[in-house]
Amino acid sequence: MAVVEVRDLRKEFGDVVAVDGVDLRSEEGEFLVLLGPSGCGKTTLLRMIAGLEQPTEGEIRIGDEDVSRLPPRARRIAMVFQSYALYPHMTVANNIAFPLKAQGMDSEERNQKVEWAAGLFGIERLLQRRPRQLSGGERQRVALARALVREPTVFLLDEPLSNLDAKLRAAARDDLMEFQRRIGITTIYVTHDQVEAMGMGDRIAVMDHGKIRQLGTPEEVYHHPADVFVAQFLGSPPMNLLETAGFLFGFRPEQFLPEGVAADEGTRVPFTFHVNRIEYLGSERFLYGFIREYDETRVIAMLPATVTLPISIDQDHKFSVAKDQLRFFDYDDGVKIAPQPLMR
Amino acid sequence: MTDTTTWAETDVGALQRQADRRHRWGRIGLYSGATLFAFLAAFPFSWALISMFKQSNDLYVKENNPFWFNEAPTLEHLRLLFLETNYLTFIRNTVLVGLAVTAITLAISLPAAYALARLRLRWGERMGIAIFLVYLIPPTLLFIPMTRVITSLGLQESLLSLILVYPTITIPISSWLLMGFFKGIPMDIEEQAMVDGHSRMGAIARVVLPLMFPGIIAVVVFAFTLSSHEFIYALAFNKSSAVKTIATGVPTELVRGDVFFWQSLQGAVIMIAVPIALLFNAFLDRFISGFTMGAVKG
Repeated sequence: MAVVEVRDLRKEFGDVVAVDGVDLRSEEGEFLVLLGPSGCGKTTLLRMIAGLEQPTEGEIRIGDEDVSRLPPRARRIAMVFQSYALYPHMTVANNIAFPLKAQGMDSEERNQKVEWAAGLFGIERLLQRRPRQLSGGERQRVALARALVREPTVFLLDEPLSNLDAKLRAAARDDLMEFQRRIGITTIYVTHDQVEAMGMGDRIAVMDHGKIRQLGTPEEVYHHPADVFVAQFLGSPPMNLLETAGFLFGFRPEQFLPEGVAADEGTRVPFTFHVNRIEYLGSERFLYGFIREYDETRVIAMLPATVTLPISIDQDHKFSVAKDQLRFFDYDDGVKIAPQPLMR
Repeated sequence: MTDTTTWAETDVGALQRQADRRHRWGRIGLYSGATLFAFLAAFPFSWALISMFKQSNDLYVKENNPFWFNEAPTLEHLRLLFLETNYLTFIRNTVLVGLAVTAITLAISLPAAYALARLRLRWGERMGIAIFLVYLIPPTLLFIPMTRVITSLGLQESLLSLILVYPTITIPISSWLLMGFFKGIPMDIEEQAMVDGHSRMGAIARVVLPLMFPGIIAVVVFAFTLSSHEFIYALAFNKSSAVKTIATGVPTELVRGDVFFWQSLQGAVIMIAVPIALLFNAFLDRFISGFTMGAVKG
């Protein structure tokens, strides 16, 4: 177990700045997610922590030791790649034993360890197979077993679920979480999938253009986004953003409810919502339209299936948002600001 | 409904028989084709094998059956080959040159190809193309300047001349060939081995090179066959019998003036070709097998 800390970390590839001055500190045994769109620098950050990329500037500390100049093998980390990177010319047993062999462990102890790791993931019966004879889910388990057999101090995962199909992904996510809770190992997990990030992370670092835009619990980044990017990157559909006298304000689609549905009528801010189109998705309804008061900006409302109120299209409806659910952002740099009065 | 069922049943039976028949004819076609090609490939060998034991009278009389012995077979021509020419020296020279050239080729083209395949900058590709272009200059143009280089180095009449010059042909093409194999091995696997406790060299030795086996075999075959059949340089650099390879020794010493020692020539060819063919056959599967399958998911 160890704390991972990076200080003022920078990485440039020629003219491209991949990671632009990142400070980040994990907690002991935490599941920390790096979330962002592709090209935001999250994988480069992870690879620098692993030692596969040399930082241009800055410092990386694992367990209070400066590892910035150490090669990957000396960092006592384990990493699972997006492709799983199993060694195709070795059996599953030899794949799992590979890191132990590199340590120079004798074969008897090695076999015990392999058995233990295989048991952890229920893959004992696969030990004599080769990677090409395994399904996607089995390959993932082998990769995890190989990563853990050495009992590393930090566990790094680079989008390990993205190549699995949707059904398998949910099961694999469940496995991974259960296992991380049991071992309690500090884990850094890179993904571009916000559902994975929200569901798995103790904390989420939302990244864009090489910078961490916000670091916080799933509740914090979802309900109190630090800026417009975080507000619009998280949530599906994303936060509605409207422009008014010199600033921006926004609200989540599920907070935008028809009059009479919400309980706290007194503290709500009313809007006139013109609905163009309705998507019925079973568990919820998406309403697409615009708000008359604000330059006809496109707005989405999400009504849960429990709201059965009939809504007709191409008509104005009275909708409202609770006052404490409105978020305000600076017009120029998009950063969160204090609540402002809404002018009519 | 019963009508439809019977109709379906009979039809399935007929279709089945038709498919069986097609399948049978398909197999017959396939095997007759394969047999034909096997004969075509084996014919020169069998002719050479028979001719090398024929007496000269038997060989040169037009009326005789060329595919069988009309007079008693003889070992006379093999005796001539082994005892009156430097055939064994040629073989030894060829093997020495071949092994040395193969070793030099691998030692230089493996690191070169690795660097060319893994370089992220764009000039990696351009350098690869530049190296490949060198291969396109034919030895028929190069042997005159090369001869001057070899002479000024004082390497004429020595196997070292060939060991030095053949890699100029084998290294560019081998680097190019190995570059493709290296590109086929995912970077992830190498990096995984580095995270799992090895240095870059250790990762290459334990994980990359085993996966490169088909490529390395291809280079060995290429470098060895090239240095054993190359003719122009071998003829230009070395005149004395003691430093000739099979490629130059056999035709220059078994064709004297306008006299062809056909049986000895055939014997010389057969005895070198058959072992090489068998050796290559042993590695055939390794060329073909998709070795990196299953390395990455999907």
